[in-house]
Amino acid sequence: MTMAPPPRPIPPRHIPDRLNGSFLRRLKSWETLLLAVAAAIFTFNALASPYFLDPWNLSDATFNFTEKAMIALAMALLIIAGEIDLSVGAIIALASVAMGAARQMGVETTGLVLIGAGVGLACGAFNGFLVAGLGLPSIVATIGTMSLFRGIAYIILGDGAYGGYPASFAWFGQGYVWGAITFELALLAVLAVVYGVLLHGTNFGRRIYAIGNNATAAAFSGVRVRRIRMTLFMLTGLMAGIASVCLTSRLGSTRPSIGMGMELEVITMVVLGGVAITGGSGTILGVMLAALIMGLITFGLGLLNVPGVVMSIFVGILLISVIALPKLLEKMRR
Amino acid sequence: MFAKKLMIGAALAASLMSSAAWAQDPVRIALVAKSLGNGFFEAANRGAEEAAKELGNVQIIYTGPTSTTAEGQIEVINALIAQRVNAIAISANDPDAVAPALKRAMQRGITVISWDSGVAKDGRELHLAPSSNELIGQTIIKLAADELPEGGEVAVLSATSTSTNQNIWISEMNKVMDQYPNIKLVATVYGDDLADKSYRETQGLLQTYPDLDAIIAPTSVGIVAAAQAVADAGKIGKVNVTGLGLPSEMAGAVESGASKSFAIWNPVDLGYSAAYLAYELATDKAEAKPGAVISIGRMGSVTLDDANEAAMSTPFKYDASNIEEFKTVF
Repeated sequence: MTMAPPPRPIPPRHIPDRLNGSFLRRLKSWETLLLAVAAAIFTFNALASPYFLDPWNLSDATFNFTEKAMIALAMALLIIAGEIDLSVGAIIALASVAMGAARQMGVETTGLVLIGAGVGLACGAFNGFLVAGLGLPSIVATIGTMSLFRGIAYIILGDGAYGGYPASFAWFGQGYVWGAITFELALLAVLAVVYGVLLHGTNFGRRIYAIGNNATAAAFSGVRVRRIRMTLFMLTGLMAGIASVCLTSRLGSTRPSIGMGMELEVITMVVLGGVAITGGSGTILGVMLAALIMGLITFGLGLLNVPGVVMSIFVGILLISVIALPKLLEKMRR
Repeated sequence: MFAKKLMIGAALAASLMSSAAWAQDPVRIALVAKSLGNGFFEAANRGAEEAAKELGNVQIIYTGPTSTTAEGQIEVINALIAQRVNAIAISANDPDAVAPALKRAMQRGITVISWDSGVAKDGRELHLAPSSNELIGQTIIKLAADELPEGGEVAVLSATSTSTNQNIWISEMNKVMDQYPNIKLVATVYGDDLADKSYRETQGLLQTYPDLDAIIAPTSVGIVAAAQAVADAGKIGKVNVTGLGLPSEMAGAVESGASKSFAIWNPVDLGYSAAYLAYELATDKAEAKPGAVISIGRMGSVTLDDANEAAMSTPFKYDASNIEEFKTVF
């Protein structure tokens, strides 16, 4: 997940990835803190369970976060720009149902992937139209589309299930590219680099921060705020579509309840990764570390057969403490 | 709720420690619930622990996701595969979606069975259903007939006229009606599994057949509505409501006397049998193949059909003697 900082022309006025301090200084605090937490959990797991340090077990465990992390990449950009998308779980369901319906009509693997990603993109464009086009607050608009998209999925499929996906389709969610490295993990790594460059190394990325910090000022500076918002919603939809392809392939079947509640886990990852929920700051590296931490916690506690309820308490405490810790330190310093 | 969890956790920890103390490699059986914090599955876990105690050298790992999703169950299954448990006994949230993960478990030598809510055929070695259509059909008429030694008139309040389950149960019931020559089935009405329609249909029955002695409702919605209608009409003691219902919903009707008894599966027995079957398969004492007869301890034995499915027993009878105990369970 490491990436060389891409070369970029230093703009005359540098807009930082964080509000307080330089990128490097923040790297010394937040991302290092996350890395330390990840290392601590990793060590704890390895000591607590003899089954943890097994490449195949760890490979299985990556499924706990890969699909969510793909969406978290785009969601991070969206939240940095001061927006949010609560409909990603429902987009997964609608894209999966569309793929299932297409399969019933005899569509093959390539077509299914295009349909899954395409439906995601279309759903994202619809969200973008509501927010960027009509000017609705994104939280309201996407609560609406969350019910809308999942409602359509339920109407199409009802109580039933789609199955019978071709064997080659199973590769996306169950295949391995090299040794114990799954296709999903490899795809996530590639996407993380792409999003890292996009956010930290391009003008487009700079503009996202500018919008998140002050949309009005950004607009007066010539940033096409609405177009960028639209693009970000479409990207989020597209990533939900791609995640839907992976998840559907992994499950081998589609039910309208697929991906229920996933939006909250995605947003948890983004916030735990250090993206300010109010917009304007955050890094892709932080989000990926947060995804890793959440995956390690779920798997590690699962190995110890800790009940799921305790697990969610644990994630909640972690989220609050990781976010509260820097604030507390800041207060103590004063 | 929390205190209960804590107690279960403590009991689990205690059983872990005690089994580790006197056993070398215990047979580890994972009992996977649809979701945690559900009384039905907690009761099943009690049954599984009972089987573990009886079999000796067995450790039950009771686990499941927080919400009833297939994705959550797959995370649990992956963790269980990683621990190399000996057997997984699962009540599936989705028969198809958990199958790929369970297939991987079987490839790695783990015994996989489903119980309560089944898994697609290629994702498990056998499925244990709580009961069979035949046994349910026989039970619902027996419940009514047992309270009518002199014979009498009974009516059926079903769900919808197209409900597959109810129609099969009623036809199975009709097959054994000649065993009860004094019992006369006067009508079958449909409450569509809606409380208000079931209530009105029951009122209709009471008016049309003033000599009616019993109403059989093989639906958990219908039985509650029928008991309410009988109570409201002042016919408690004259008309007995029976059939299939949930103890938590039927406790009031049993206390008032509107229902003398009803039936549904017993989750304790189900968990016991699932754990027992998983043990028999995991220790190679039995093999899951069509026609196989496998022992389930105090519950007798089950016979596998062509799809490797088995029915545990006749539904369990709930009446004034045990309703207090089970009404808090499910």
